[in-house]
Amino acid sequence: MSLPEPIITRRFGIENSHTLEGYLSSGGYRGLRRALEMSPQEVHEEVRTASLLGRGGAGFPAGVKWGFCPPGVWPRYLVVNGDESEPGTYKDRLLMERDPHQLIEGCLIACYALGLSQCFLYVRGEMALAQERIAVALNEAYQAGYVGKNVLGSKLSVDIVLHWGAGAYIVGEETALLESLEGKRGMPRLKPPAFPASFGLYGKPTIVNNVETLSNLAWIIENSGAGFAALGSEQSTGTRMFAVSGHVKNPGVFEVEFGVTTFRDIIFGPQCAGGIAGGRKLKTFIPGGASAPWFFEEHLDLPLDKATVDQAGSMLGSGAIVVMDETTDAVAACHNLVRFFARESCGKCTPCREGTSWLESVLSRIMRFQGRLEDLDLLMDICDNISPGIAWPPKMTTICPLGPSAVSPVASALARFRDEFEAYIAKSTVAASVGRPRIPVAAG
Amino acid sequence: MGYFTSDNAKLAEEIMARYPKVRSALIPLLHLAQEQGGYVTSEAMQEIAELVGATPAEVLGTLSFYEMFKPTDPGRYQINICHGISCFLCGSTELLHHAEERLGIPAGGSTADGLFSLEAVECIAACTEAPALQVNYRYFNRVAPELFDEVVESLASGELAEVPPHGVLARVRQHIPVERAAGPSSPEVSETPVWLES
Repeated sequence: MSLPEPIITRRFGIENSHTLEGYLSSGGYRGLRRALEMSPQEVHEEVRTASLLGRGGAGFPAGVKWGFCPPGVWPRYLVVNGDESEPGTYKDRLLMERDPHQLIEGCLIACYALGLSQCFLYVRGEMALAQERIAVALNEAYQAGYVGKNVLGSKLSVDIVLHWGAGAYIVGEETALLESLEGKRGMPRLKPPAFPASFGLYGKPTIVNNVETLSNLAWIIENSGAGFAALGSEQSTGTRMFAVSGHVKNPGVFEVEFGVTTFRDIIFGPQCAGGIAGGRKLKTFIPGGASAPWFFEEHLDLPLDKATVDQAGSMLGSGAIVVMDETTDAVAACHNLVRFFARESCGKCTPCREGTSWLESVLSRIMRFQGRLEDLDLLMDICDNISPGIAWPPKMTTICPLGPSAVSPVASALARFRDEFEAYIAKSTVAASVGRPRIPVAAG
Repeated sequence: MGYFTSDNAKLAEEIMARYPKVRSALIPLLHLAQEQGGYVTSEAMQEIAELVGATPAEVLGTLSFYEMFKPTDPGRYQINICHGISCFLCGSTELLHHAEERLGIPAGGSTADGLFSLEAVECIAACTEAPALQVNYRYFNRVAPELFDEVVESLASGELAEVPPHGVLARVRQHIPVERAAGPSSPEVSETPVWLES
């Protein structure tokens, strides 16, 4: 496998890529200039032709999502989701820190195409450098006439407002993000009616796009949607950034051809993560962030293609591949992931609020050698209450997918590494309970 | 006399003017208060409530949802050790234990000298640089115990100037020049954007 000519990371090697000077000297804002020569409809059509899949997690085609705004309802808003926080995911921060103008240019192109009259760029609160780089970039871009009133002398007038979050994973869910942007607790809204394209920020049509998605637009408009779609597979087009972390020799963020590069290429390829560190063997890997069911040796030759991975029972999610070697304690890894969801549940829906906490409690007592064999059935029972049938894609009893996400590591680990759970329980100091498993009431 | 200094009160006005609805400025104003005082005091909450037209309880309700807002003083440096899955696989548990021993406080605690608070936090998006930590939201990558000790010593002796006091995030703020501003787009005003008119 050879790495493609990079698209969105092509400026990462340039030292001052985050400044207007560095951006302009490497072809910056040519996509915007080109877009302004086209009609808004033509720009939208170009993005549709590119078949650009959303890079935030759900993988929905951006051009199609753009088409969901009800005609004639104004104003419409653009909200940029820069709240990257899915465990294992590391790419939007890089794009914001290293090439903020590319993102700004993408925002302007989207606003032009869809008649979005104000843009809110929501950056995760913990990312101080990204906030700083975007603030500097916006200040430069305003001064130079790229953003604000009459962009480059055209009729396009749009403000881009930089907004910081304040620490809450759930705000990455688009309706929770809108609540947060309205100054409230970041709890997801019930859909319907709250599909953002029709009922979004302040109840108005709103496009919520991920940072990486928008960062692709400048290239697409400059080079054509067909040019983008020529890369990758039929449905997973272009290139995409994947972070490969965990027990690999060379952890890193790699921009690879989407849809055709395989997990083996990216995990073992010498130009990518270079294989398992220390000459050890692969135990399992998570293909798309903490929410995704685990993959194993037999999945290595699958391409990083949305449809293929979905069909194989997991997802590419937010481009986060987490590799675990043979020495990994599957129970501890499972507990780590579940604890995350338990801690980040917003508490709005009962199956998630209660279910994730119980999963965490039961896993913790197994790890403290206080588990019982029935606990393994109890874990699956709790999973089934959060997501009936424990199927893929998960059935929902909650407003958003956070709860069902906690089911993924439990179901994966128990199906493949049940013996490891049993080994913990074999050392348990607690006698098996009689009859139906009882959920102990926590003291205090 | 309000909570905000006169400079920050001006900044608050500028921030509020960007949003179609002033309540949207709530989180940015909480950040501004935390920047000014290192944490969000009840006086700050009271003033922000008045500014954005909410009750103090609503301000507290929003604030308490978000991990970064501290209603009590965390000290000068908030050390957040990531224990997300990638960092966990690469030794974050050992790093956290080391940090607890070195600082003499458990995760969730603060040192008596008012310098450090320590927390174990969820994924901070530095997964390929594990184990990672943040001090006042500035990253330190691939942190071995020795590096942790160095960082703590440099912070204590004031040598790490690139880490500002707790509460300060971006050191450059967005400023929209009046003559370049398109202005907020009110949800009450239904107008077809001019660039869509053929």
